[in-house]
Formats: sequence, structure tokens, C-alpha cells
Amino acid sequence: MTSLFDALLLQSGYNAALVAIGAALLGFAGGAAGTFLFLRKRALVSDAMAHATLPGVGLAFILMVALGGDGRSLPILLAGSAVTAILGLLAVDWIVRHTRLPEDAAIGAVLSVFFGIGVVLLTVVQTMSAGRQAGLEDFLLGATAGMLFADAMTIATGGGLAVLAVWLLRRPMTLVAFDAEYAASLGLDTRRIDLAIMALVMAVTVVGLKIVGLVMIVALLIIPPVIARFWTDRSGRMIWGAGLAGGLSGYLGAAISASAQDLPTGPIIVLVASALFFLSLLLAPVRGVLAALIRHLRFQARVHRRQGLLAIARGEPIHDPLTLRVLRREGLIRPDGVATDAGRGVAAKIARDERRWDIAREVHQDAGLTGRYDGLTPIEEVFTSDEIALFDRHLGAPRPVRG
Amino acid sequence: MDAATLSLATEAGRPPLAAPAAPPALAVRGLTVSYGQSPAVFSVDATFPAAAMSAIVGPNGAGKSTFLKAALGIIPRLSGEATVFGRPLDEARDRIAYVPQRASVDWDFPTSVLDVVLMGLYRRVGLLGRITGSHRTTARDCLVRVGMADFADRQIGQLSGGQQQRVFLARALAQDADLYLLDEPFAGVDAATERAIIDVLKGLRGEGRAVVAVHHDLSTVRSYFDHVFLINVRRIAEGPVATTFTAETLQQTYGGRLATGHVAELAGGIA
Repeated sequence: MTSLFDALLLQSGYNAALVAIGAALLGFAGGAAGTFLFLRKRALVSDAMAHATLPGVGLAFILMVALGGDGRSLPILLAGSAVTAILGLLAVDWIVRHTRLPEDAAIGAVLSVFFGIGVVLLTVVQTMSAGRQAGLEDFLLGATAGMLFADAMTIATGGGLAVLAVWLLRRPMTLVAFDAEYAASLGLDTRRIDLAIMALVMAVTVVGLKIVGLVMIVALLIIPPVIARFWTDRSGRMIWGAGLAGGLSGYLGAAISASAQDLPTGPIIVLVASALFFLSLLLAPVRGVLAALIRHLRFQARVHRRQGLLAIARGEPIHDPLTLRVLRREGLIRPDGVATDAGRGVAAKIARDERRWDIAREVHQDAGLTGRYDGLTPIEEVFTSDEIALFDRHLGAPRPVRG
Repeated sequence: MDAATLSLATEAGRPPLAAPAAPPALAVRGLTVSYGQSPAVFSVDATFPAAAMSAIVGPNGAGKSTFLKAALGIIPRLSGEATVFGRPLDEARDRIAYVPQRASVDWDFPTSVLDVVLMGLYRRVGLLGRITGSHRTTARDCLVRVGMADFADRQIGQLSGGQQQRVFLARALAQDADLYLLDEPFAGVDAATERAIIDVLKGLRGEGRAVVAVHHDLSTVRSYFDHVFLINVRRIAEGPVATTFTAETLQQTYGGRLATGHVAELAGGIA
């Protein structure tokens, strides 16, 4: 375990520290940029783009060797991958706009064709005698052993620029993701903003190839926004929350993989992100599974409370033990089961709200609203005061409950 | 005698000469939109007057919403052009506010009611400007006008259909525009919301602003609107509701889809 702590504290060597910092920056950029991909509901496009980077890597290598180099310059390999990633994105875009194929089919087609070409090119590269081709397969799953300072700087610069662009463009991108038609009516060029989102995603993909690899970079773009969505209902906070989740995954993943021999960096980063995802799924305050369970139990208690109060309002006896317990705990009935003054007051209000809801259902022929009726949510939380006043005009004066 | 009174006096002395005609709020010429081969909107001319409430009326699939979106440049047009208060559309963006159909967005989007209304201030705040307290005050005032003051901090997923429509209207109000264009603002909303919306729209007209709404409820055209534009892929008729919304034009617009007795009733006895 000491090696893991060393790695976490950046004490296990220069290279490991470099990788951990680089992976954290990459994760942050991936989460922030991925938020808009997620909000625009185009998560899978990034998968097509990631797979479309592979032929670019192969072509760049072949080109460099043909020109007499050794073919291992990271910036040139990444530039090559960016070119075919753009081609892949344009191919998806073209198919969707000019054929009747839906986007998911276009993604599937483009992804497999580009990936196939890439694998063929890698095979060609391996049969080439010139150049030191060892290491190109690392772009599939990511590898960090032997990462150079210059490589880390490339990743840090690219990730930093992507985060800066997210910050600058967050408003138009949010606007287009929420309501593209409205954005267009304000004079925004929605197509160009969509391209900007994709360009950011491409930047993160290309920059992340070295550490995470093209098969798993999608995880770094999608899982962090999903994690952040569990914890917040505001798109602005989601950007930085996703950045944080991605950065943490990158840092922890890189540190863990540095703590033992032959642990691959990319998959470990993705596994850490998945662990954060499962924690969020379980523990998130509103959208989490545990919160839902607690809500359910409270809901049950409130249902019993309401049933009991309605029974009091109607002057009916109560037999259910849970109902009696809930009402007694609140002092709405005496230990012998007779309603207290407070109980009768609350019962009158409940009975009246019930009749207001009946009116509401007649007035609002609206599925969204009838869905909000659970007999428990105070009516004031669902309707505006003028709406409630309208119901009351139908109802007449309130009736007291006789004890 | 100040200048204003003077000019009034001189005008009073003159025969009512045609004032330099105020340009219409929205004028569309030769608008054609096509999905594939068959046109959804074909070669339509339309003029919507300033300081009035206009309805765009026609059967389902007649291209009402398409017409509005294409006029605003939201969807591409095959041909045609639009002017707003006599200016090309792109020079008049600050004077128009659009209210899309509420079903066109995902209401589970992570944002609050107030943040949606603040989107209406996008052009004023700018790409990099800070959203200040005065922007928030403006947005809250707009929520008050649609009766949603208490809902500012709600997540938008918790709203009813009518409340969603009110939020969209508040966002448009924040733009402080001179021409409001609404796509089916009364579709699927409750009676209280319909009343709240129509009150706001009539208030806008009272301030001299123009309102243009795609409208599907024929029974309220007469009570809500001054001007009507009937469309069924092509332009059928346009003009003041009193003279244009007749049994004859309705029959032309809807073909056999409306019962004769119903048409006469809607046309208000003019037929």
C-alpha cells in the first residue's frame, strides 16, 4: 500500500507524477467539455470520433517514416488523429443531413469503417521495416510508461485550452443545448455552436489518446457529466462538477496504475470513474437510490397520515396500526384514538385540499399536472395562488370538522 | 407653445393626410419552405401590423409553425425574405422575441426557472458579460408579470404545462422586444394560464407592441385577436378579424374538415 500512497502524493517518481497531473488535467477537460455533449444528447457521436482517430495515427506514422523520420513525434501523430476524427464527425453529420438514416445508425457505420481502416493501417505499419513502430497499439488502450515531459506538456496545454474554451462558450452552448430554436431566434448560429462543442470534444479525445486510449476516452467524456448530474440541478454547476469528477478519476486512476507493475492507465482511470458513478448512484441526495428508498418510506408515512386525517374529517374510525402510530406521534390524536383540536384543524385543511384537487383535475386537462397529484404534495407547491383562488370560487366556504 | 403642441395644432388644421405609413411589424414575401420535394409552405406573402394582435390560423400540417420559424430564420427557407419594422431580419434581432412550442425542449434539463428567464437577456449581457443583480431583478419582474414570482428557484422539471408556457413567455418578456412571436402559446394549458397569458399579450399590445401567435383554437380568434392570417401551405386570406375571419375563408382554409354549422358559428353570424 505504501507505493499507492507514494503515488497519490506524487512521490513515486518523476514520470508517475507527470502522468498523474496530466491525467487529472485531461479528466477535468473531458468532464467539462463532455457536459455539453451530454446536455445536447449527442454522447455517442464522440465514440465515432474517437474510433475515427486511429487511421489518422497510422497515416501520420507512415507519412513521417516516408519522409525519413522515426515516426514517433506525439504532436504529429495527434495532428493526424485530429484530421481523421474531423472526417469521421463530418461523415456522421453528412449522413444524417442527406439521407434518411438516423444518427445512431450513422454513428455505427462511421465508427466501424474508420476503426477498420485504422486497424488495417496499423497492420501495414507493423510490416514496415523502417521506423520504430512499437507503441502505436498503445493508442488503443492508452499507455503512460515512458511518457516524456514534452508529451505531458502537450496534454496539459491541450486540456487547459479546452477548459478555457468551455468557460468562454458556456452560455451559448447551454442555450443551444436547452433550446436550439430559441437560440436561433436570438440570431445565434446554432450549427457553428454545435461544431464548437464537437471541436472541444475532439480536442479532448486527441489529447487523451496517449493516456486513456481511443477505446475508453468516451468514458472520460460521458461518465463525469453523468456523475455531476446526480448531484446538481444546475447546468453551470454541472460543468465544474463534471470537471472535478473527471479530474479526480484521472488523478486517482493514474496514481493507482503507477503503484503496481503493468497496471494499464486508461482502464484504471475508467474504473475509478465508474466507482464514483456507482457511489453517486447510491448516495446522491435527490436522484440517488438510497434517497429514493428513504423518500419511499417517508411517503408511506405521509400516505398513512393523510388517510388517517381524511378518516377524522369524515368521522370514520381508524384501525391500521401504522396510521395510528403516525398520527399519535404528531399529537393529532390522543392515545385512545380520539382526534385532538390540532388533529381536527389539519383534517379540515386536508379535506378541503382534496376537493381543490378534484376541481383542479376538471380545470386542468393536463397530463403533466395530474401526474403531480399524489394527495400529499401541498397544493400550494403545485399551483399558483391565482389558480387556487379559481378552485376556491368553485368550492364555496370552508367547512369545519366536528369532533 | 412647445413643439409637440405646435405639431398637433398644425396637424389638426390639415385634412387627414395619409401619415407616412408605419412599416408593418413583420412582412414576409414569397416564403417557400420544403422538406424534400413537397413544399410545407409555398410562396407565401404576409403582413402583420404593428401595435396589434395577429393570429396565424390553419389546419394541422398547414405549415403554421414552419411559416413562423422560416420567417425568423430558425429553419432554412427555399426562397423568400422577411422584414421586421421595415428592416432586414438580422438588423432587427433586438426587436423580436420568439416563444417556441413548450414541447420542443427537454424539461428535465438541469436549470432553474430564473436561469431560463435570464436566457432572454443573452443579447444584452453578451458572450462574456457578467450577470448582475439588475439582470436578476429584471428576470424576477418578468416572472411576476406571468404570475410565477414564487417559482424562480424551482427546477424546471417540476412545472406543469401551463407553468412551462408562462416561463417561456417570461423569457420573451425579458427581451423587451417590439414584436412577440408565439408558437401555439395556448396549446394544452389550463384556463388560469390561458387568462394570464392573454392578459400579458393584451398589455403588450396596449404598450404599442405587436403580437403574432400561431393559434389553433378557432373559437377564441374573435375575442383575442385583431388581425388574422389564414394559411394552408399557401396563403388563403389575411386582414382584420372582423372582415377576414368569415365562413367563406374558413371553408377555403379547412376544406371539408369543419362542419358547415360550426363554420357559421365561428364566423360570428357574418356568413
